[in-house]
Amino acid sequence: MSTLTALARAQARMADVAQRVATVRHVHIGTRPMVLVPLALAGEANAPLAALVGDDPATPRLFVVSQPRNRDERFAFAAELASVIVPYVEGFAATTEQVPAERGETRARSLDAPQLVLPNRAGIAFTRLLGRSTRFRRPDGDHPVDPAVPVLGRWLSFLTERAEHPGSCLMLAATEALSLHWASGQSELEDLNLATLLAWIDPPPGVGGAAAAAVGEDPLASPPAGPVTDPGFDNDVLAPLIDAFARTTEAARSESGASAELGHAAVRRARSALERALTGQLLPTWQLVWRALELLRELPAGDHVARRWEADRDAFTGYAAYLRDGGLPQPRRDGAVAAARRLNWLERAQASFAAQRAFDDPLVMAEYRMTGEAFAGQVVAADPGRVSEGAKRRVLRPWITVATADPVLVMPGTVVTSPARRGQKAQVISVTAAVAPGPVHPVMLEAGNGASGPALVALELSGGMGRGLVAPPGSVPEPGERVCYSTLTADYLPIAEFPPPEQTPWTHGGPPAPYEPDDEDAAEDWS
Amino acid sequence: MTGVPTTAGAAARGGTVSAASLAVAAADQVIADLAAGHRAVVVDSPPGAGKSALVVRAARALAGAGEPVMLVAQTNGQVDDLVDRLASAALVRSGSAGLAGAAGAVAGPIGRLCGQDYVPSARVRRHAGVTVSTEIGDLADCVVVVGTAAKWATVRAGAWSCAWAVVDEAYQMRSDLLLRIAGQFDRALLVGDPGQLDPFATVDIDRWAGLTWDPMQSAVEVLLRHNPDVVVRRLPVSWRLPPSAVPVVAEAFYPFGGFAAGSGPGDRRLAFSSSSLWRDEPVDAALSLAVQTGWALYELPARHTVRTDSEAVQACAALAARLLQRGCVAYSEAHPGGMPAGADRIAIGTAHRDQARAIRNALGPALAAVTVDTANRLQGREFDVTIVLHPLSGRVDATAFHLEAGRLCVLASRHRHACIVVARAGIPELLDAYPSTEPVHLNVPAKFPDGWEANQAVMAHLTGHRVSAR
Amino acid sequence: MTDTEARLDQIRGAMPPRPHNARTIAALTANPGCVRRAILDAAGVDKPRLAAASGFPAPFGQSRFAIARGNAFEALVKADGCAELLRLLRDKLGLPIPEASYADLEDVAGSTSLPVRHARTRQLVTRTAGSGADAGTLFDHPLLTLEVGGRLAYLEPDLIAFRLRDRFHVVEIKSFAAIDGQADPDKVAAAAIQSAVYVLAMRELLARSGRDPDLVADEVVLVCPKDFANRPVGALLDVRKQLTVLQRQLSRLALIADLVELYPPGISLDLAMDETGVPRRAASELAAALEIFPARYSPECLASCEMCRFCRHEARATTAALGRAVREELGGVEYVDTALRLADGEAKPGGGQHDAAALLRTAARLRAESLAAAG
Repeated sequence: MSTLTALARAQARMADVAQRVATVRHVHIGTRPMVLVPLALAGEANAPLAALVGDDPATPRLFVVSQPRNRDERFAFAAELASVIVPYVEGFAATTEQVPAERGETRARSLDAPQLVLPNRAGIAFTRLLGRSTRFRRPDGDHPVDPAVPVLGRWLSFLTERAEHPGSCLMLAATEALSLHWASGQSELEDLNLATLLAWIDPPPGVGGAAAAAVGEDPLASPPAGPVTDPGFDNDVLAPLIDAFARTTEAARSESGASAELGHAAVRRARSALERALTGQLLPTWQLVWRALELLRELPAGDHVARRWEADRDAFTGYAAYLRDGGLPQPRRDGAVAAARRLNWLERAQASFAAQRAFDDPLVMAEYRMTGEAFAGQVVAADPGRVSEGAKRRVLRPWITVATADPVLVMPGTVVTSPARRGQKAQVISVTAAVAPGPVHPVMLEAGNGASGPALVALELSGGMGRGLVAPPGSVPEPGERVCYSTLTADYLPIAEFPPPEQTPWTHGGPPAPYEPDDEDAAEDWS
Repeated sequence: MTGVPTTAGAAARGGTVSAASLAVAAADQVIADLAAGHRAVVVDSPPGAGKSALVVRAARALAGAGEPVMLVAQTNGQVDDLVDRLASAALVRSGSAGLAGAAGAVAGPIGRLCGQDYVPSARVRRHAGVTVSTEIGDLADCVVVVGTAAKWATVRAGAWSCAWAVVDEAYQMRSDLLLRIAGQFDRALLVGDPGQLDPFATVDIDRWAGLTWDPMQSAVEVLLRHNPDVVVRRLPVSWRLPPSAVPVVAEAFYPFGGFAAGSGPGDRRLAFSSSSLWRDEPVDAALSLAVQTGWALYELPARHTVRTDSEAVQACAALAARLLQRGCVAYSEAHPGGMPAGADRIAIGTAHRDQARAIRNALGPALAAVTVDTANRLQGREFDVTIVLHPLSGRVDATAFHLEAGRLCVLASRHRHACIVVARAGIPELLDAYPSTEPVHLNVPAKFPDGWEANQAVMAHLTGHRVSAR
Repeated sequence: MTDTEARLDQIRGAMPPRPHNARTIAALTANPGCVRRAILDAAGVDKPRLAAASGFPAPFGQSRFAIARGNAFEALVKADGCAELLRLLRDKLGLPIPEASYADLEDVAGSTSLPVRHARTRQLVTRTAGSGADAGTLFDHPLLTLEVGGRLAYLEPDLIAFRLRDRFHVVEIKSFAAIDGQADPDKVAAAAIQSAVYVLAMRELLARSGRDPDLVADEVVLVCPKDFANRPVGALLDVRKQLTVLQRQLSRLALIADLVELYPPGISLDLAMDETGVPRRAASELAAALEIFPARYSPECLASCEMCRFCRHEARATTAALGRAVREELGGVEYVDTALRLADGEAKPGGGQHDAAALLRTAARLRAESLAAAG
């Protein structure tokens, strides 16, 4: 939380409607996203209860587990889900383009990639466990499952891993995507509720955000976005329906002839009553997720969004190829090397995502200006022809001075860059900072302190000015020009090198046993 | 865990002679361990316990055995310090007489492995026997090669290997960095201060919680979790902290193994050269109390403030300015005749960078020689007098960041003579109101000392040294 | 009866005090700075009912399915004299329990009276502690006591095992799963602090009987389902930190007298109902009485306190209602409209608000500038 976002929340509270915290869209919204709204049975680690899924807002598919503790029904549910999700995901792998790779070669990249959208972070966590509980299964052996089930597991595991990756959009949580762009008039914790968050962003006509959010919090008016269900619904509606379904199924089994026919009709009725009730819980959230996507799509995309989506497409293409080649399911936990390597990826992705957003969006850059890691202002002096003695030859090193009202935190010696001139580095030579407001201690007055006014930052420029000793026009900011400099860098960060897993050093437990999923993995209980 | 006999503290309190002999014994023990066939030796060092001297001595001992030694530190500044010490004939700081046996330069060339952007500092340049290079190949003849962990991690596999690595500040090094360099050595000596700040990651993720190789833990933690039989030693004597600080710091931050002060009760003394400047004002009262007792809490009226509370900022600056105006002189076992505690011997410590900036601004160019920095950047440094802006001052809520034991420990253990804490009133109430709802992960060892408790302990002590600002 | 007790009784009114249990004692550490919560807890007020009667019912409910799952798992772990649990303690945790006997303390010779059951627990536990016997014992449904703010609370841990590494170990059975070695960290944290309550109660019991309180380990055994199945798995939880926190908060409860003194006498939150089950006092009357005791509301309360909706409504104009971090970033300014007026330069900063005003004005300038730049 920054002061700017905090201020936006306060403004939202006062204006009774959410306020923007981004001027452009920082997430990619696919041409054909798929929405998944799962519900789980309360008290269980990962017992699916029902889900709405599909890529068309008008025609969601409903899957229901009518006896949530029945293992076979769970796998049947997973197979049904797989029948929708797997073809959707793998369909994107069919069309590829060739893009340049290392050493003048080319490689394939899928033209587009899947995008699975969940209502919230808890939905992603549920999907992760669903992936975990299905990816090790086998279509053969003692506990055979539908062949699509382990494939679904691997894809869901892949997508949920990508969801941890800053800036990746293969799997989104609607609440998080919205929060990246709007500040509501409620707290971050309350923003986890998709209904109340959207109520602030997009209240019904004539209704204020606070009032709309109050409706969004009422489980009867707005069923929870899951995967946890409303306890009231569980106790008053769901439990009797599940009991009724179990009773009629039991009764139908023991009947024959005409009464069996009646019994089957009763089972069908009980089943459709259950489906109706669960649809009633799921459909409002389904609509909210699609509404969220609509709102996001209306924002203009930031410059780097397409580039990050390319990285997503690369990751997707790579995993699809890995699966085609019979790759193993993801291990339960990362080994020592895999963990360290992943942390390195994540930290690099985090840094570049942060920098790219700031470069794409002045409102995000303002966050860094607020904390003093960036400053914007006017060039008040420039020496564009300044030349200094380099190590080997004389080099062009223009100086400029920027006057800024921002609180500057960068220290002399720091290298900063401007989003407008990314190829040019600017080293801070000196900062004469404005003195903070407030009373000055008498001792400090005696010490002769008390200067005030805007900060002046002197910068030495290098790069982006050609090879000569005269800067081409426009390559050095001129007096009067508005500029913005920050310590952020969107440069390519080198990938850290790690030993191969089989050379894991003794400090980290030594080489692990090679990973082979075993029969025990495949036979794991799901009860 | 093997360690110093529990009587160490008590014996040391008897006087500097026994403290010195304890320290020598502990260092000798570590050197003996290196020859005893252990795969790794870990040395826990409280603040100012002669850690660097030990690192240099160990490097020297190992290099003497004929094998090249790799020496690893965490920042370029730390690496340069080690290079300087290694290359200097007079290695031993006055005061750490206990390690006098370590004196003497390494026989043979010393390598300084560095990155592309590194500019050798004066303390490296002045040694002719030091080769500086970005390429390990250029340093093949060196008996000791020193570099940051991050630089060592870029050395190509197979380009370097050695029997022993000595890792300094190992508690501030992350596990994943150790993983990247561990292939280059067979055995390791890891030295560090367990009480200081833990390494951190820029992503907030609990994916690896409970794994013994969690890459976000420290190098020492990961090593010990996989090698539980590793020998752990502890340096028993702080040469930096005065007797007034040792019990406070030891109790709050080193609950499982105390340490003693290397100086005796009468050895350290501060005095003002211009007594006529004294005024009946809170700033002077705080300075007087700090001079007399080694501690002062300069307490501003209770108020919820922004992070860069300008009154607190002004108070920090005023205390430093006044200290210098009055001509503070530090008398110690090293300088019985007194040494002026000038601006370069004074530091102001904060939790946040913007606080440090505001204090620097308040000090102005005239007092620019006073070190003002965050706890992170003050790690490993030493001053005569420190002024600390308490991390919890003026806050409405405590947070895990502001409660972190390592942060307060760094801030409260940089001084040789006195520490003055600036804070808004109300910190005890803030601590009492702190909700203890931190998540707990299975198979993750509980971390001690707990920041909340450590803060309580320090505040309890400071309450007895309070000077009200108004 | 002391003055304080009389005052607390008056606040509670005609209803009997709600007894504490491990969960409510653990909750004392969730928001220890809240005076309202402290007084309601000390007086034993029925918070769920009070919340409902004041017009803001607590948003908590428990699903039938979750309760059934919890009961089924505990039954499974304890079936056949805790056979499954013993297997776990031996195999998975490497704890030597050669021969375990099993003592069910749920009823004592047909009596389920709390004092009788507690006396029996105390007798058995002290005897075992003194025996040094080499046989392990599992005490099922033991009944412990702990003094909380001057009143005795009865506590019922899931199980206590003796002679695991020569100590008494509290065993906590939870039905949330540990998947690939990790469980929901918030649920583990809640289990840890509840277990710490039992450790504390056990230690006091031993101390009262002249035994060494350290016979009770500060490591508790957490038993929960493994992965997606019903098989239990065990983990040791170090609760030393939780014990410190708990002890400190319990000792602060003793200061309730000072706290109550701060407020005028005669405040009553009486929840008595008339013959038709309608509370005698109007919601507005109760609300007015409640507001006399200041709350320390933050959005985290929404997950843990029955009064949360009431306090949130009361705090709706404050920056705290937007989150602790928001209040901090707004310079600690208490009210949303003050913060905005300072940001716009409309309001003159009051005493001590200069820093906050400067911060807010910078933020407002940067926000306006950036939004304008984007068009």
